[in-house]
Amino acid sequence: MKIARHKYVGLQKRKARAGYMFILPFIIGFLVFMVKPLFQSLYMSFCNVELGAGSFRQTFTGLTNYRFAFLVDPEYNRLVVEEISRMMVYSLAIIVFSFFVALILNQKFHGRAFVRAIFFLPVILSSGVILGLEENNQLMAAIAQTIEQGTSGISITAALENILRTAGVGVRAYETLFEVIDNIYDVAIASGIQIIIFLSGLQSVSSNMYEAADIEGCTKWESLWKITFPMVSSLFLVNWIYTVVDFCMRSDNGVIKKIQTVMIDQQQYGNASAMSWIYFVIVLAFVGVTSMLISKRVYYYD
Amino acid sequence: MTELTAKAFKASAAAGKEKKRESTAGGDYNSLSFFERNRLSGGYLLRKRVTEKGVSIIRAVMLFGMCFMILQPILNKISVSFMTESDLYNPIVISIPEHFTTENYRLAAELMNYSKALSNSFIVSLTIALLQITVCTLVGYGFARFEFPFKKLWFAFVILVILIPPQTIASSLHLHFRFFDILGLFKLTTGKTINLRGSALPYYLMSAGCMGLKNGLYIYMIRQFFRNIPGDLEEAAYVDGCGMLKTFVRIMLPQATPILTSCFLFSFVWQWTDGFYSKMFLGNTKLVSTSLARIVDSLSAYIQRINGVKTTISIAYSNCILATGTLMIIMPLIILYLFAQKAFVESISSTGIKM
Repeated sequence: MKIARHKYVGLQKRKARAGYMFILPFIIGFLVFMVKPLFQSLYMSFCNVELGAGSFRQTFTGLTNYRFAFLVDPEYNRLVVEEISRMMVYSLAIIVFSFFVALILNQKFHGRAFVRAIFFLPVILSSGVILGLEENNQLMAAIAQTIEQGTSGISITAALENILRTAGVGVRAYETLFEVIDNIYDVAIASGIQIIIFLSGLQSVSSNMYEAADIEGCTKWESLWKITFPMVSSLFLVNWIYTVVDFCMRSDNGVIKKIQTVMIDQQQYGNASAMSWIYFVIVLAFVGVTSMLISKRVYYYD
Repeated sequence: MTELTAKAFKASAAAGKEKKRESTAGGDYNSLSFFERNRLSGGYLLRKRVTEKGVSIIRAVMLFGMCFMILQPILNKISVSFMTESDLYNPIVISIPEHFTTENYRLAAELMNYSKALSNSFIVSLTIALLQITVCTLVGYGFARFEFPFKKLWFAFVILVILIPPQTIASSLHLHFRFFDILGLFKLTTGKTINLRGSALPYYLMSAGCMGLKNGLYIYMIRQFFRNIPGDLEEAAYVDGCGMLKTFVRIMLPQATPILTSCFLFSFVWQWTDGFYSKMFLGNTKLVSTSLARIVDSLSAYIQRINGVKTTISIAYSNCILATGTLMIIMPLIILYLFAQKAFVESISSTGIKM
């Protein structure tokens, strides 16, 4: 008995050691390339950094950089507020859109593989540098303008907006919604991964449940909310975090652009660090609070 | 409500069917015409058929619209890339060029140093992706299959790595590699630190330490996959005297091919188009992503060199060259995608990993 327990402990110990061996690359990488630069950049945000010929000098200046970001810099505050509010709207739109598309793509119809391939294409086409270039493509904008003029401004959203305005509904009630609809392309190209994640979740829901519900007289609409939605609810959390983080790190994000300009063009490392830390803390707080709210409602089947 | 009545009708229809079969001895239910069957089912059959058709038509229209929306920019780029400059200003020409030309491709290729950049990009993306996925697989497996102290803490760090934007630490990484040193050893022996800026080594080191582009995400995905594999196989291997590493390589790895292929393709593609890390670490290596970002500037330099005087290029023409360059860069990816489409889309969704 004693020997057996001893052996078990031995195996456990060996497994623990093996586990550490497996994650060793991550530990080293994390300590060397993440923790050290992270603390350094935190320290740098309180410093005035001067780049010399063979070295760099840091002089501690307290909160000057933060004061600069908040009080002196003309556009930083505005950019942060704008980007955060844009992020909320677009992340919500992306989640809804990708869930909807995943529901459609999970059904059986002809050419499903082809349509799936197209919906996933943006993962390739809208990553990295290409996204930033797409942003200021004046030629496309010119074409869009010509088309708009040619059709004398008839678009469904514009028409609806007119109707609603004459009906006396407040503009603010639907302004954001219509803005999202007008920019549906941005939403679509940002939701490739999310669609895949939802699809994988939808496919792991066992068909027994739907059959049972069907026999009990449950309509498709009811089974969507009573079965599908709870079963994939954990994926909403994953997708939400992924979407928010992805939105904040995109190269066409205004704050990121601003930080890059300050760091690379103006060589003000201290200011850039302070700005990125403010931004990072805000985003992290946002992700933390929202995911806590979502995870309260998540239902785990097993 | 309607569904319920329909069900009732269905039941009565089944009863009716039995009666019918008895009365018309030998006559099969299937040989009846559709409307006769519909009458027997009390209109249920027709309603069902109409709903199905309606749903599929609405779905087809919606999917067509959305697919067109996604494909339109590419189609537009293709048509623009074959236009001459005069076509761009011609208001009659919308999508089919009047003067067909391949000159744009030649110019874009020259500006981007295409063949050199392409081979460089290929080598860098391939090696980086291989390295990253190898390391991430090891780490993901370690997190999925072993119990060790502080496991939760380390996994929280993985999540943190996903969350931290690389831009936050960019400035200090920049300086970290500019004045690179390991524990002050080099400064002690040679008196100065090493400048690793501009060489590709730092990025390979970071990839080996799971700190490359989106590596936290790969670790997470691979871990989720391994967690879902039942443990019996592994235990059997241990009982038969297979070591930890051998079990991993011989038993677990072959099962993980779909997720590893997906992650590898992601890593390759994202590395291919990545601008941030490439600009920071691989500034001296000519890559397609960085040369695309500079293509407009090189165009103006090129025109200036030819004309000898400073000329401003029209926005339309520079955008046309930009579109051509973008097409040339994503072309290899699209070809890759056509062949490996199944690995991209189907493999993740069909494994049904619980995220």
